[in-house]
Amino acid sequence: MSAVPAPVAAPSALARFFAGDIWHSFRNSPMAIGAAAVALACIFCALFAGVIAPHNPFDLATLELSDSMLPPAWMQGGQSKYLLGTDEQGRDVLSALMYGARISLLIGGASVVVSVLVGVSLGLLSGYVGGRVDAFIMRVCDVMLSFPSILIALLIAGVGRAMFPNAHDSLAFGVLILAIALPGWVQYARTVRGSTMVERNKEYVQAARVVGVPPMRIMLRHVLPNVLGPVLVLATIHVATAIQTEATLSFLGVGVSPTSPSLGTFINEGNKQLFSGAWWLVIFPGSMLLLIALSMNLFGDWLRDALNPRLR
Amino acid sequence: MKFKSTALIASLLLACGASNAVTLRVANQGDVQSMDPHSLNESLQLSFDTNIYEPLVGRGKDMSVIPVLATKWSQTSPTVWRFELRKGVKFHDGTPFTADDVLFSFKRAADPGSDMRGYVAPVKDVRKVNDHTVDVETITPFPILPDTLTVFAMMSKKWCEENKAEKPVDRRKGIENTASFKANGTGPFRLKERQPSVRTVIVRNFNYWDKIESNVDEVVFTPIGNDATRVAALLSGEIDVMEPVPLQDVERVKGSGNYTVLQGPELRTIFLGMDQKRDELLSSSVKGKNPFKDKRVRQAFFQAIDEETIKARVMRGAATPTAEMVGPGVRGFQPDMNKRLPYDVEAAKKLMAEAGYPNGFEVGMNCPNDRYVNDAAICQAVAANLARIGVKVNLTAETKNTYFPKILRRDTSFYMLGWTPSTADAHDALHNLMATPTDKGQGQYNLGSYSNPKLDDLTAKIQVETDANKRAEMIKEAFKIHQDDIGHIPLHQQALAWAYGKNVTLTQLPTNYMYFRWVTMKAKPDAR
Repeated sequence: MSAVPAPVAAPSALARFFAGDIWHSFRNSPMAIGAAAVALACIFCALFAGVIAPHNPFDLATLELSDSMLPPAWMQGGQSKYLLGTDEQGRDVLSALMYGARISLLIGGASVVVSVLVGVSLGLLSGYVGGRVDAFIMRVCDVMLSFPSILIALLIAGVGRAMFPNAHDSLAFGVLILAIALPGWVQYARTVRGSTMVERNKEYVQAARVVGVPPMRIMLRHVLPNVLGPVLVLATIHVATAIQTEATLSFLGVGVSPTSPSLGTFINEGNKQLFSGAWWLVIFPGSMLLLIALSMNLFGDWLRDALNPRLR
Repeated sequence: MKFKSTALIASLLLACGASNAVTLRVANQGDVQSMDPHSLNESLQLSFDTNIYEPLVGRGKDMSVIPVLATKWSQTSPTVWRFELRKGVKFHDGTPFTADDVLFSFKRAADPGSDMRGYVAPVKDVRKVNDHTVDVETITPFPILPDTLTVFAMMSKKWCEENKAEKPVDRRKGIENTASFKANGTGPFRLKERQPSVRTVIVRNFNYWDKIESNVDEVVFTPIGNDATRVAALLSGEIDVMEPVPLQDVERVKGSGNYTVLQGPELRTIFLGMDQKRDELLSSSVKGKNPFKDKRVRQAFFQAIDEETIKARVMRGAATPTAEMVGPGVRGFQPDMNKRLPYDVEAAKKLMAEAGYPNGFEVGMNCPNDRYVNDAAICQAVAANLARIGVKVNLTAETKNTYFPKILRRDTSFYMLGWTPSTADAHDALHNLMATPTDKGQGQYNLGSYSNPKLDDLTAKIQVETDANKRAEMIKEAFKIHQDDIGHIPLHQQALAWAYGKNVTLTQLPTNYMYFRWVTMKAKPDAR
C-alpha cells in the first residue's frame, strides 16, 4: 500500500495576498497605514452613524428649532448634548457629519463603481478588438468629453426627475449616482484602452492566443489585471470629485433633499455663514471632506507606487 | 448770456462726466430673468426693468400715484378713462412715443404668453383719440385702474415689430425673443450690455424727458448668489449697493462703519400654497384622493407650523408673522383679523386623525433657494414642524430659474411663494392669488387653485365698487372667507435689507423697487 501524499492545498487568495509584495509594502509605509486608518475610520462612522451618532439629524420630528445655531460645547453658550454645535435648523453638527458622510460616500463610491465598470469594460473592448469598434467607442468618448460633465449630470437628473416625479429617496439616489457616473466613465475608458493596446502585443497575450484561449478570457484573465493599476489610482481620486459634483447638483436642486443633507450640501449651507462668526458650520464639515479626500488620495498615491513594477 | 453760461457749465459737466463717469455697482442674490417687461411678474425683474421701460402711471417716493408717460387722466364715464400722453417723449432709438405704442403695449400685455394678463384683464378696449390721447374702457367700473397701470410698461410698436418681439417672452414654455436680450424703452437708463447670469450694464439716457435726480452715468448689475461672497464683495469695495443683506451678516456689515444697512418693512407676504384642485396630488403617498381638499388637513398644517420660532431663529427677528395674505401698508389690510391660529401640535394631530390621516402622509414640497430671505431654511423648518404630525415632506429646494417655470406650470402640490401687491391694494392679492383661476388672467398666481365662488363674487364686486367704505367692507368679508377656508398658509412679511456705502444715497420703497434715478453717489474719500 502506498500512501498517496495528500495534495498540498493551494494557498487561499487571502493568504497569497498577505504573503505578497503589496501587503509587505503597505506594512512598511506609515503614510499608507495612516491614510487607510483615517479612511476606514470615516467609512466606519458613516456606516454605523445610526448606532454611534448622538442624534438622528434626518428625523425631522426630533429637531428643535429653538436649539439652532448653538456653538460647540466647549464655547460660551454651547450645550454638552451638541458636542460640535448645531446648524440653523437645530441639527447636531456631529451627527449630521456622520449621516452626511454616509450619503456622500454612498453616492461618491457607487458612482465611481459604475463609472469604473462601464469605463473599464468599454476601454478593454476598444483596446483589444480595435478597428471599427474602437473607432466608435472613442468617438462616443469624444462626444461625452465635449459636454461639460455637470451639464450631462443635470440632464440625466432632470430627465430622471421628470420620469419619476414621485421618486422616493432611494430612486432619487439611483438617478443621482447615474448622473454623476455617466460623465465620469470616459477617462477610465481612455486610460484602459491605452494600456490594453500596449499589452495586446506583448508575448504573453500572443502566446495565450496561439494556445487558443478565447478572447473574452484573454481580456479578463490576462490583460485586465495588468491594466488595472492606473484605474485604481484614478478611482480613489475620482471619489473626491464625485462628492463635489453631488454637492453642486444638490445646490442646483436636482440632488439630495435639503432635509437630509450630504456633506457637500452641509458645506454649501455653512459657507453662507462664513461672515457671521458661526465658523463651526464650515470648519467641521469641511475638515471631514478634507480628511476623506486626502486619505483616499494618499492611499491612491501609495497604491500607484506599489502597483508600479518599475518602482519595485 | 445766461443761456450761454448754463450751456458752458453743462458742457463742462458733460466733459467731466465723460472722463470720470460715475459708475454704480449693484449686486443682487439672483439675476433679472429677462429684459422683457411683460414676461414675468416678479419684483426684481419689474424693479430693474422699470429703469429702462416706463409705465403710463408711476409711483413716487411716498408710494403715491404720479404721472409718468401719461400727464393726466380723468374718467369720462364710469368705465372710460381718458389718458393724456406726455409729448416729446422718445424711445431710446429715437422713435417718438405715441398713442399707437400704448395700444400696442396693452395688446402685448394681454397676450397668452404674458405675465401681465392679470393687470389688463379688467380692460375691455383701448382707443386712440389722437396721437397723444387714449381712452381706456374697462369691462366694468374699475376705480383702481391708475394703480394697476403702474405695473406694466410701454414698449415701442415699431421696435417690437422690427425685432420680431410682438409677443412677450414666455418663461413657462421657455420661449425667448429679442426682447429678452435687448431693450428699447423711454426710461432714464438705456441697456448697454446684457449677459444673463453674469452682468447687465445700463447707462444714463441723456435724452430723457425729465431731469434725472441721480448723478449716476452707468449701473453695473451683477448677480452674486452666495451670501458670503456678496457680503465680501461689498466689504472689499467691489460693489456699492447690495440686496438682500443676509440676516446673519447684518451686524457685521453695520459694524464695519463704512456701510449703511437699510432695513424696512416690505409689503411682501411669504405664504405656502396647497394644490386643492387635482383629485390626486402629483407627489403624495395618498392615492385616489387629495388630502388638501379637506379643510381639516389644511388647518392641521397651519397649526403645526411654529411661525414664532421661525421668526426668532430662521429670520433672526426680521419678520412679522401674519395671518393675512397682505401686509400692513396695503390698502385693505385688516389689523383686527391679523391673528394666527395658535401653534398647537396636539390640535393639529387631532385634526389629521379626524380627517382620516392619523399617521400622516407623504407629500412633495417645492421651494426656491435664492428668491426670498432664507427661503430654503424656512421650508426646512416647516418640513421639521410637519414631521411632528406625521407628515413626511419630500422637499425640493432649487434656484428660481427652474423653480418659477415649474410652479407656474402648476407642477407642484405644496409650494412657497411671496407676493407684493404691485398696486398696493388688496384687490391685487384677491385677484391674483385667491380668486379661482380663469383663462382671462384671474388667479394667475393662485397656483394651488383654491376656489370659493363667494370670494370670486366679492372680488368682482370689489373691482367695480367706487364707494371706499363699501369696498373696505367687502375686502374684509373676502379676507374672512379666505381665512376661514385656510385657502393658503400665510407665514410672515419679511424685512427688506439693503446695504450700501456711506457715499451712496438712495430711496427704498416698500415694494423693494430700486430706482437708479434716485441714487446719488459722492466721490469716495479714498478715490482710486
